[in-house]
Amino acid sequence: MWDRNEMAARAAKEIKDGMYVNLGIGIPTLVSNFIPKNLNVTLQSENGMLGMGPFPKESEVDPDLINAGKQTITELDKTSYFSSADSFAMIRGGHIDMAILGAMEVSDSGDLANWMIPGKLVKGMGGAMDLVAGVKRVIVIMDHTNKKGESKLLKECTLPLTGKGVVDSLITNYGMFEVVKGGIKIVEIAEGSSFEEIRAATLGNLIV
Amino acid sequence: MSKVFPSAREALDGLVFDGMKIAAGGFGLCGIPEELIEAIRVLKVKDLVIASNNAGVDDFGIGILLQTKQVKKMISSYVGENAEFMRQYLSGELELEFNPQGTLAERMRAGGAGIPGFYTKTGVGTVIAEGKEHKDFKGKTYILEEAFVADLAIVKAWKGDPEGNLVYRKTARNFNPNVATCGKTCIAEVEEIVPEGSLDPDHIHTPGIFVNRLILGEHEKRIENRTLTR
Repeated sequence: MWDRNEMAARAAKEIKDGMYVNLGIGIPTLVSNFIPKNLNVTLQSENGMLGMGPFPKESEVDPDLINAGKQTITELDKTSYFSSADSFAMIRGGHIDMAILGAMEVSDSGDLANWMIPGKLVKGMGGAMDLVAGVKRVIVIMDHTNKKGESKLLKECTLPLTGKGVVDSLITNYGMFEVVKGGIKIVEIAEGSSFEEIRAATLGNLIV
Repeated sequence: MSKVFPSAREALDGLVFDGMKIAAGGFGLCGIPEELIEAIRVLKVKDLVIASNNAGVDDFGIGILLQTKQVKKMISSYVGENAEFMRQYLSGELELEFNPQGTLAERMRAGGAGIPGFYTKTGVGTVIAEGKEHKDFKGKTYILEEAFVADLAIVKAWKGDPEGNLVYRKTARNFNPNVATCGKTCIAEVEEIVPEGSLDPDHIHTPGIFVNRLILGEHEKRIENRTLTR
C-alpha cells in the first residue's frame, strides 16, 4: 500500500518536461516535492500566478503572495501574475496540461465528487469545476476507501458532482488506475497490494 | 472633477442603498478593499447582494458585514473559512449562490464588457447546470451563464494615480481587475496615490476609465494561512 508521499510520488511520474500543472489542496500539494529538478515544469495557482515557488522563509513572507489554498508562497524568476479571468482563460481554454486534485468519490465512468456533502459541509467548489472541465488531463489522488472502510470508487457517485466523465487517471493507496470505456483499468498495483484486495475494496467496474 | 476622495466614507457618499448589488475584489483575505468594507459596515446599508470569491473570515473582510447581518445573499465560489457564514446559511438567514470560480470571474468580465452571457463547459452535468440553457458546439455540451453587473464595484490596488489608473501587486491582483469593470460605479482603494505620469503607461493593469473614485487606504493585510518552508 502506498502512503500519502508514495501516492504523490507516483503522480509526479506523470508530469513531463515543459508541462503547465495545477495542483489541488491536500495530497496533490505534496506532488511538487517529487517533480525531478531537471524538468522544466510550471505550477499554476488559480488565484492568478504561473511559476509558483516553494513556501517562504519567515523573512520572505508576503501577504500579497499566496496560493489557491491561501498559503503564503514565493515567486520564481519565471513567475507571472494575472487576473482571475485570465487565470481561468488558461484553465477553461485548455492551456493547462494537467490538474491533480483530491476527491470524495469517483465513479467508474470518471465522474468526480469533491466539493460538497449536502446538509453537512458547505464550502464550495472553488476552481475545481473549471479545472476538471478545461484541463487536458485530470488525475485524482485519493484514499481508496473512506474511514469506515467503504469504497470511494463507485458505479455512481452519491454526492453532488464536480464534473461528469472528467477523470482520466486515479491514484489511490492501492495503485494507479485509468478510466477507460466500460470501467476502471488497473495500470499499476502498489507494492504490498493485490488484485484481490483492490477487487474487494472497489464497488465500480474494474478492468484488468 | 477629481477622482480622489479623502476617505472611504466620503467616497461611498450617494452610492449606497439597501438591496444593492456589490462586487468586491480579493481572494481569501488577499487584495480585499478593507476600508471600503468597513465603511459599508458603518453606513449600515442592508439586504446587500455581494459577489465576491470568498466571504472573508468571521472578523475580517466581508465577514464583518455578515456579523452585522447586512448581507442578504452571497455569490461566491468558496466560503469554507467562515463559521458565521455557515451558521447563517444553514439556518436559512443567508442566501448563497455558488458559482464556479472561473464562471464568477467570467461573469464579471462579461458584465464589464457588455456581453450579456456566455457558454461554458464548466458545471455541465452538475447542480450548477440545473435550469440553465444547454447548447452543443462541435459535439460538446455547454451551459449558458449570465453576466454580472454590480451597482457598485469595490477594489483594492497597490498604486493608483489621480486619473484612476491602477497597478496591483502579485497575487493581490486576483479578481480586482475583473470586479473593477463590472460596476456601474467603481471605487478603488490603494496603498499609494502617485502623481500623474509616474506610472509606466505600459504597465497599468486597470485603465482609469473603469475607476470613478479613488481613496488612499491603510491596510492590515491579514494572512490567512501562514505557511513556512521546513
